[in-house]
Amino acid sequence: MPVATENAIYKLLEMYRQMMTIRYFEENAIELFAKGLITGSTHPCIGQEAIAVGACAALEEGDSVLATYRGHGAAIAKGSDPKQLMAELLTRTTGCCKGRGGSMHLCDKKKGFIGTNAIVGAHLPIAGGAALAAKMRGANRVVLCFFGDGASCEGEFFETLNMAALWKVPLIFICENNGYAISVPTKLSQATPDIADRARGFGIPSLIVDGNDVREVKEAVADGVARARLGDGPTFIECKTVRWERHSAFSSGRYENPEEAQRWKTVDPIPRLERILLEEGADLEQINRERVAAQEVVNDAVQFALQSPLPDMDSIYEGIFAEA
Amino acid sequence: MAVVTMRDAINQAIREEMVQQPEMVLLGQDIGAYGGTFGVYRGLFQDFGPDRVRDGPLCESATVGFGIGLAVSGIRCIVELEFMDFTTVAMDQIVNQAAKLHYFMGGQLTVPLVIRTPIASRMGMGPQHSQSLEAWFMHIPGLKIAIPSSPYEAKGLLKSALRDPNPVLFIENVKLYNRKGDVPEDEYLIPFGTASILRSGSDVSLVAISGTVPEALAAAEQLAGEGISVEVLDPCTLNPLDIETLANSLRKTGRMVITHDGYRTCGVAAEISQRIMEECFDYLNAPITRVAGLDVPVPSGPLHMDVVPNQQRMMAAVRHLMN
Repeated sequence: MPVATENAIYKLLEMYRQMMTIRYFEENAIELFAKGLITGSTHPCIGQEAIAVGACAALEEGDSVLATYRGHGAAIAKGSDPKQLMAELLTRTTGCCKGRGGSMHLCDKKKGFIGTNAIVGAHLPIAGGAALAAKMRGANRVVLCFFGDGASCEGEFFETLNMAALWKVPLIFICENNGYAISVPTKLSQATPDIADRARGFGIPSLIVDGNDVREVKEAVADGVARARLGDGPTFIECKTVRWERHSAFSSGRYENPEEAQRWKTVDPIPRLERILLEEGADLEQINRERVAAQEVVNDAVQFALQSPLPDMDSIYEGIFAEA
Repeated sequence: MAVVTMRDAINQAIREEMVQQPEMVLLGQDIGAYGGTFGVYRGLFQDFGPDRVRDGPLCESATVGFGIGLAVSGIRCIVELEFMDFTTVAMDQIVNQAAKLHYFMGGQLTVPLVIRTPIASRMGMGPQHSQSLEAWFMHIPGLKIAIPSSPYEAKGLLKSALRDPNPVLFIENVKLYNRKGDVPEDEYLIPFGTASILRSGSDVSLVAISGTVPEALAAAEQLAGEGISVEVLDPCTLNPLDIETLANSLRKTGRMVITHDGYRTCGVAAEISQRIMEECFDYLNAPITRVAGLDVPVPSGPLHMDVVPNQQRMMAAVRHLMN
């Protein structure tokens, strides 16, 4: 087997392990929420793993990522330690945000994960500013921003498209169009079915990809990243996907119809990647090894989180302001 | 010392820090060659260029958001929002993002962002361009608020704001832009949380904020002629609030009037009054009195001057406390 192919398989297996890590991470999060160990809510990205993993695979270490409250997968894909992430979901002191952020507010600055945000669309201009900083410093860095179809209805979405295009900042817009904003399907919320069309109106190169095909996502993002590094400004990539779970673990019953549920199974990005791996020459043993490794990482993360202390009131006023 | 206007004092502070902090960026609308809606940025675009003095689109929310993005990336930024009324359009970015990111991200992100916003009360610009909304922001943990009333305060406080790693709302009353005063030639900073005693007195403490300060001083001067000694104080910053200096004044005088252009209900005076009662209730000889903006949308036309405090209302309040 030629070396290049082995290398390609290695990279696919790496992405497979990350996707499995996210899948197990989210399944555990749902379970821990049901046990009352996660307060408030938690927003799983099950079924959307290929977007986070494919997009982040196109980045380099010094690049930055911002994501939404449904952003556990993005954090894992950008290289954050699942232990600190799970501890944060359980608001433990060992969490990446010292237990103050919780499930919707993750950050790992040293990994370039600027964070997730719980106000829909609000992180888009912040990502724009981070990209402007990258441009002004001329360090050839890019910023990647995940957001959902819901955010594409917010005013800040349009404001950011305009400013990012106007100032040609190195920003990759990754729209995770999963078809629902909480309970409202896109046909009731979007005047036109393709969100990428709106970005085109601002002169931003835009394309639509199958968000459940990790290779397709990665290739599209890599093209956008290359353009951004050349100083050619933002790129918009709409990833069509599906959300398996309800909006959040807190939300009331499922609202999708059963036929749709069946369709999801057929587009699940994980079996798809398994098929691709087998086609490319990987064997089942290799695939299983990655799956077991992912399971172990998540088990360790859960144990770590459960054994970590909750914060106490002694520190409640600390850190409202940064020290000069 | 040099005598300069508050507008020029602010311009000097920004200019000095633009030189000292070579990455610092200005964002806003009309801040380029135009020099800012009220001329505060005059000459900055010409001297620092379009990359650092970034005239941009009319979109308050994303402009503040871009400022936050620069700030969390380590590039200090000033965003100008042309009228304080327009902060409403950027409220999410100010309240949910800038104020909270440092805390809920466990200290990983800092937001060295200054949002300058002029209050255009006393100008007859009507209900959507005349509001003093400082109390809203005082309500939010994580935001520092400076609200100077003189060239000296404005320059020293803005220099401090531009060295602070936290988001600062810097509130300037347009009516004060032409107010002249002494400003030291040498560099100086005024630390946040230090109230100014603008005039010493022994009978009544008159706490005045922003645009009310000149008339408060005039009221004190006229009341002195009537034999009433008024101490005039300016908190300078609302978060942190120097309650100790205000309380010490109250302990001396036993009476307090608080005046501001902002609406009376849930205004800054309500908070100061409550804090004073908690600190030194036993020293009060009379109830604390508010002379605040009336609880009405600010009308256009001549009536606009009757809905904000004036010297006569302040004097009446002081005289009432003395009886």
